[in-house]
Amino acid sequence: MEDRVKSILKEIQPEFDFAVHVNFIEEGMLDSFDMINLVTSLDEEFEISIDGMDILPENFSSVEAIVKLVQKTK
Amino acid sequence: MDLKYKNKKISGILTVLPSKEVSFEDGIENYNFSLAKSMKLKLAMGYNKRRIVEDGVCSSDLAIHGLKHLIDSKHLDKNDIDALLFVSQSPDHFMPPTSNIIQGELELKHEMLCLDINQGCAGFIIGLQQAFMLLDQDAIKKVVLINADVLSPKVSIRDRNSNPLIGDAASITIVEKTPESNEIYSSILMNGSEAKVLQIPAGGFRMPSTQETSTMKEDSSGNYRSLDNLVMEGDKVFNFVQAEVPPIIDRVLNISGKSKKEIDYYLFHQPNRFMLQKLADKIGVDRDKLPSNIVENFGNASGVSIPTNICYNLGESLVSNKYNVCLSGFGVGLTWGAMVMELGKLDFNMIIEF
Repeated sequence: MEDRVKSILKEIQPEFDFAVHVNFIEEGMLDSFDMINLVTSLDEEFEISIDGMDILPENFSSVEAIVKLVQKTK
Repeated sequence: MDLKYKNKKISGILTVLPSKEVSFEDGIENYNFSLAKSMKLKLAMGYNKRRIVEDGVCSSDLAIHGLKHLIDSKHLDKNDIDALLFVSQSPDHFMPPTSNIIQGELELKHEMLCLDINQGCAGFIIGLQQAFMLLDQDAIKKVVLINADVLSPKVSIRDRNSNPLIGDAASITIVEKTPESNEIYSSILMNGSEAKVLQIPAGGFRMPSTQETSTMKEDSSGNYRSLDNLVMEGDKVFNFVQAEVPPIIDRVLNISGKSKKEIDYYLFHQPNRFMLQKLADKIGVDRDKLPSNIVENFGNASGVSIPTNICYNLGESLVSNKYNVCLSGFGVGLTWGAMVMELGKLDFNMIIEF
């Protein structure tokens, strides 16, 4: 799952290396529109529907946080 | 607050759209965003085409155009209008009321009530509630509810939060008494402590427009707007909708005694497709039953988006059929409301252009 999440992140923001960053939001790698794109891609990739109330910066701050969100939603 | 009505019905809906259509691509160069990112935004949010007025066209112009169409086509006898409600955030003037201007332009009778209501995204729900209450009076047999907004001139073309979605439109809904014992259920809630998450800061008496309020400034996301422009804190509005709308849908269904499955259509205000699809999933209804195609075709014209939704998605089928519908509007105020009713066998349900 982690690799699939990394692949989606790379697709959304090809210019960033997500492996070397600690907090994607604080470091300005993902803004609110990126989160919307990310949610749309995650929903499609994992055939889920992430709850609108979970679209919060802390759930998209790292690969681990995103994986946790997907697992929670499944 | 829960409200119930009896022996009232909607007998016709007309939506008036400006003929000027602009596309999302027309505005891309104004956004402080890469082309690739803008196109992803377009897909996720459902931005595409929208209708906006030509310079100088006001809300009353759209409304008068629609009313003249109904009167000329014999769908409405102007002598039958006992009350004219004008729900809008874009009146022609601070004073007089735009409803009075419309009354005067159409030479309607003096024996009637004209009333302006300042409401936005929930304006169709609020307007219907007021119309149903007025119809409890013996003297009022027919109410013309006008929802109209021309807000595109108030949105900065360099604001990608708001500009790609804003549309202008008007709708005319005929509301009247009926001997049929149909019951209509509605819930409404408001939270003025969050009113400023969706506002036009300058231009009123609190902060009159000046040269300074018209100065464009960049926000933390790279959008440019002035204090004279509409500003929306998108993330707060999104969270408000996701948190508050599902419970009010459950609430209104509960008082109506109807299950989610018994509702044929969920016809909601439409800020963007992403928000609507997330709402459908959260409420637990099929996305096909909760249309989200108004923003992509016409833009979000605030309180007019529900009637546009009804006219565009159900059209002529509402003339011959009846459906159980759940309506919901949410936004400016903050205000959120919902209504469950049987809607159909209308005299007309159509869209015309201005």
